Amino acid sequence: MLDIRRRTGVLLFVLTIGHIFLISVQVQSKSGVPVLEAMTFGVFARVQQGTSSAVHGGRGFWANYVALRGARAENDALHREVADLEVRLQEQRALALRASRLQALLDLKAGTPLPTIAADVIAGNPNPGMRTLTIGRGTADGVEADMAVIAPAGIVGRVVGRPASHAARVQLLIDRYAAAGAVTERTRAGGMVVGLEKDPPLTMDLVSNLADVKPGDVVVASGVDGIYPKGFRIGQVEISERGAQLYRTITVRPSVNFSNIEEVLVVLVPARPATADADPAPAAVLPVPGPKK
Amino acid sequence: MRTVGVLAALAVAIVLQATLSGMWMSAGTRVNFVLVAVVYVALAFGAVTGLLAGTAGGLAQDALAGGLVGVGGLSKTLVGFFVGVLGAQFIVSQPIPRFVMFVGATVVHELIFQALYALVESRAFTVQYSALLIQALVNATVGVLAFEVVEGAPGILQRRHSRGTVFGRRRY
Repeated sequence: MLDIRRRTGVLLFVLTIGHIFLISVQVQSKSGVPVLEAMTFGVFARVQQGTSSAVHGGRGFWANYVALRGARAENDALHREVADLEVRLQEQRALALRASRLQALLDLKAGTPLPTIAADVIAGNPNPGMRTLTIGRGTADGVEADMAVIAPAGIVGRVVGRPASHAARVQLLIDRYAAAGAVTERTRAGGMVVGLEKDPPLTMDLVSNLADVKPGDVVVASGVDGIYPKGFRIGQVEISERGAQLYRTITVRPSVNFSNIEEVLVVLVPARPATADADPAPAAVLPVPGPKK
Repeated sequence: MRTVGVLAALAVAIVLQATLSGMWMSAGTRVNFVLVAVVYVALAFGAVTGLLAGTAGGLAQDALAGGLVGVGGLSKTLVGFFVGVLGAQFIVSQPIPRFVMFVGATVVHELIFQALYALVESRAFTVQYSALLIQALVNATVGVLAFEVVEGAPGILQRRHSRGTVFGRRRY
C-alpha cells in the first residue's frame, strides 16, 4: 500500500474534479449541449432513475404484498362467484341443448300423423344384462305396454311391462331380446332386426340369400310386428354377406345413438297382433337423418 | 521560498518551451520542459508539491497553447502526484532511477493527455510511439542533467570559490 497522506488524497481529488469541471465547461457534446450540462444532466438522470426505481419498488412492494391483506377474502369470493357462473353457464348450455333436442322432437311430432307424447328419460338401465331405460310418462299419460318409442333419429324401442302412472320402462331395440320387422328402403327386402351384443349391435335376420341388400342400405320398420310404425328408420346396413343356409348375414348400425338419449316420443297407438303384410298405421313421413359419424 | 523556487522553475520551463518552439518547430515537440520541471519538483519535494506544480504548470501551458484548458493540467497533476509518491517510496537519488522515472512519467503523461483528448473530442485514441519515445529520452536526459546541475552546482561553485581564494592569496 502506498503511504498517501489523507490531505494529499483530498487535494488530488479536488484538483482532479476541478480539472474535469474546467474541461467540461469548455467542451460541447455532439448535440451542442455543454459536456458539463450533459454530464450533470446524465448524472442527475441516473439519480432520478435510481430514485424512481426505489419509489416504484416500494410502491410495488406495498401494492403487491402489504396492501394485499384483503385480497385473500376477495379471491375466495371471486372463486365462489366464478364457480356459480360456471354452474349457471353449464345450466344455460344444457338448456340450449335441451331446447334444440326438443325442437327436433317437436319437428318429429309435427311431421308424423301418429298421436305421440314427449317423454323425458328419467333413469338408465339398472341391469347390465338388459338394455332398457325409464321414461317419465305412464298410464296417466296414456302410455301402455308395447307402445313404440321413437326419437328424431329413428326407432328407440318399445314400452315393456306394465307402466306406472308416471313412468314406464322401455326396451331398447339393441336389447338382445328385442326385435322389429324391417325392410330395406332401396329394395324392400324384408326381415327381422334383432338386438345383438356386438358391434354393430343389430342384425337383420330372415333375409333371403337371393335378396339384394348392400352395405349402406337404409333399414326401416316394416310395421308387420304391430308395434313399430311403418317407415321409421332403424339403421343402415354395414355388412351384408351371403349366408351358409337360406338367409344372408346382415349387420345394421342403428340410427339412434343409444348412449345419449334424453327425450323420446311415445307413439300412443296400442299394439295390435302381428300380421304378414297389413299395417293400418300410415307410414310416417320422416326426415331421414344421414349416417352417424 | 520553495514555492517561489517552484514557480520560478515552472516559469523558466514555459519560457524555454515557447522560445524553443518558436525557434525550431520540430524541436518543440521533442522535449517538454514543463513536464520535466513538474517531475523534477515532484521528485525533489514530494507528492503534494508535485501535484500542485503539475496543476499550475499544466494550466499555464494549456492557457498559452490555446487548447482546452485543463487537459494538460490534469495529466500533469496526476503525473506529479504519482511521481512524488513513487519518489517517496523508492530511492531515486541516482541518475539511472531518475532517468527511468522521467521516461515513465513522460509516457504516462502522454497516454493520459491523449486519452483525455480522445475522450473529450470523441475521437480514436492514437499515440505516436516513436515521437513519444524520443520525447521521453530527451525529457529524461534534460531532467537528469538538471538534477546534476542543481545538485552539483553548489559544490562546483564552492570549489571554484575556494580555488580563487587560494590563488588570490598567492603573491608573486
